[in-house]
Amino acid sequence: MNELYQSVIIEHYRSPRNFRTIDGPTHHADGRNPLCGDEVSVELVVADDGTIADVAFQGTGCAVSRASASMMTVALRDQSTEQARELFARFHALLVDGGSTDRLGKLAAFEGLAAFPMRIKCATMVWHVMKAALDGGIQA
Amino acid sequence: MTIAAVGEPSTVQPTTLDVDALRAEFPILAGSSRGKPLIYLDSAATTQKPQAVLDALSHFYASANANIHRGVYELSERATVAYDGARVRVAQFIGASNDSEVVFVRGTTEAINLVARSFPAITPGCTVVVSEMEHHANIVPWQLAGARTVPIPVTDSGELDMVAAEKLIGERPAMLAVVHVSNALGTVNPIAELCRMARAVDVPVLVDGAQAVGHFSVDVAALGCDFYCYSAHKLYGPTGIGVLWAKAPHLAQMPPWQGGGDMIDTVSFERTTFAPAPGKFEAGTPHIAGVIGMVAAIDWLERQDRDALHAHEADLLAHGTELLASIPGLRLVGTAADKIGVLTFTLSGVHPHDLASLLDADGICVRAGHHCTQPLHRRLGLPATTRASLAPYNTRAELDALAGSLNHAAELFAR
Repeated sequence: MNELYQSVIIEHYRSPRNFRTIDGPTHHADGRNPLCGDEVSVELVVADDGTIADVAFQGTGCAVSRASASMMTVALRDQSTEQARELFARFHALLVDGGSTDRLGKLAAFEGLAAFPMRIKCATMVWHVMKAALDGGIQA
Repeated sequence: MTIAAVGEPSTVQPTTLDVDALRAEFPILAGSSRGKPLIYLDSAATTQKPQAVLDALSHFYASANANIHRGVYELSERATVAYDGARVRVAQFIGASNDSEVVFVRGTTEAINLVARSFPAITPGCTVVVSEMEHHANIVPWQLAGARTVPIPVTDSGELDMVAAEKLIGERPAMLAVVHVSNALGTVNPIAELCRMARAVDVPVLVDGAQAVGHFSVDVAALGCDFYCYSAHKLYGPTGIGVLWAKAPHLAQMPPWQGGGDMIDTVSFERTTFAPAPGKFEAGTPHIAGVIGMVAAIDWLERQDRDALHAHEADLLAHGTELLASIPGLRLVGTAADKIGVLTFTLSGVHPHDLASLLDADGICVRAGHHCTQPLHRRLGLPATTRASLAPYNTRAELDALAGSLNHAAELFAR
């Protein structure tokens, strides 16, 4: 766990990327972890060709959840919504099903979290919220 | 800390407790967590269990296991005698005069739900006065019963605003439901005084004693309450078993809330009549082993020198408070004059969940979050806190280790 905190996670926690609101998002969803009270909202702008032109988040949470959200927004930019869903599936598999770090890029930093089942939700919640936003269509 | 020392000098007595011998009675404390020696600082969530309780559970299943109140054979007789005898033991433990006022339930939560569901004065639209420091278990059951929950405010130091309390009680709510000791702050509330206020206007009082019974002697008659609830697992006993104590006239006018075997007088398709209290509230086969284990825990606790336990806990609280206060950026939450061994705090720049994970890496078990007291955290303006809660089996060295890990976490996040 110490190794996890010494990685890029603290850096993203302190200086989260895309920690802002978007004027006129096409997709939006909120999530809340009732166990810890953490809240996160995700906004996206999906272009007509299905590319994620912009993605941002807001909310309160621990370093793991905020770093995960920050790194997710970086990873999703300019990806198709299909690619976003695939990336979530691989990220989820890494943490929950012993999946590999292949094609996860910087998100591989979360690999060590797989050994701490009580904290996995901290990292995955924002991805679930992103998926809910995509599934829900225009909700903003 | 002034537990069991009301009116006595506030100086902490030298600890006479043999902590090593006490720890040796708890097998789990010799174990490890994340490859480090276990440092268990979450006794407000659940206490660890002494060997005497583990032995009682094992002995019951190995030599006396049978259902109660049914068989005429010797095993069933042993189980029945032990189960019914437990009621007498519990009544004695909490100062109740009548063992038929003791209802066995799953825990404090179920006890409160039972009263909220069954007590005739709790009707949709009624008012139940609670406090801002209540555990969700003493808020939600009343709301489910249709009551409006109105809180007694909590001061910045984590004590009840007694002027506001008197005013709210004076408005004659259907119930005053209040926590004896706050699980999040450690505050010991002035229950006897609240009961005097309530009695003056005929308001019944329910006390959530979950955090109290393990820390000091409780006497329901001296407190003057109407209902008292606790869970065995915060009292060195097993999970899944607890007690609702209620004055006999209240139990008599409360209908059963669950139906089944063992709670009836006669059953027919036309008309069923119920057993008298407490039987009518104990439908189905109860947690017999749990009851046996709870009695073993009570017996164990009362064999200890409780003054020495108190003195040691007070010493730990004083030592821990001093240590934590010396950590830059650390803010203690809950500084009531009368409190048990609970150290709740925030550390600037470090979220409680990250802190709990970093402490966990050092083998230290603490609780992070809102501790099932969201309204209290909202009142304090804190989304979450970290809580180290103490029991007499803890040591000064463990608190020193906690302080060391906290300093390390603060450095990691400040880098």
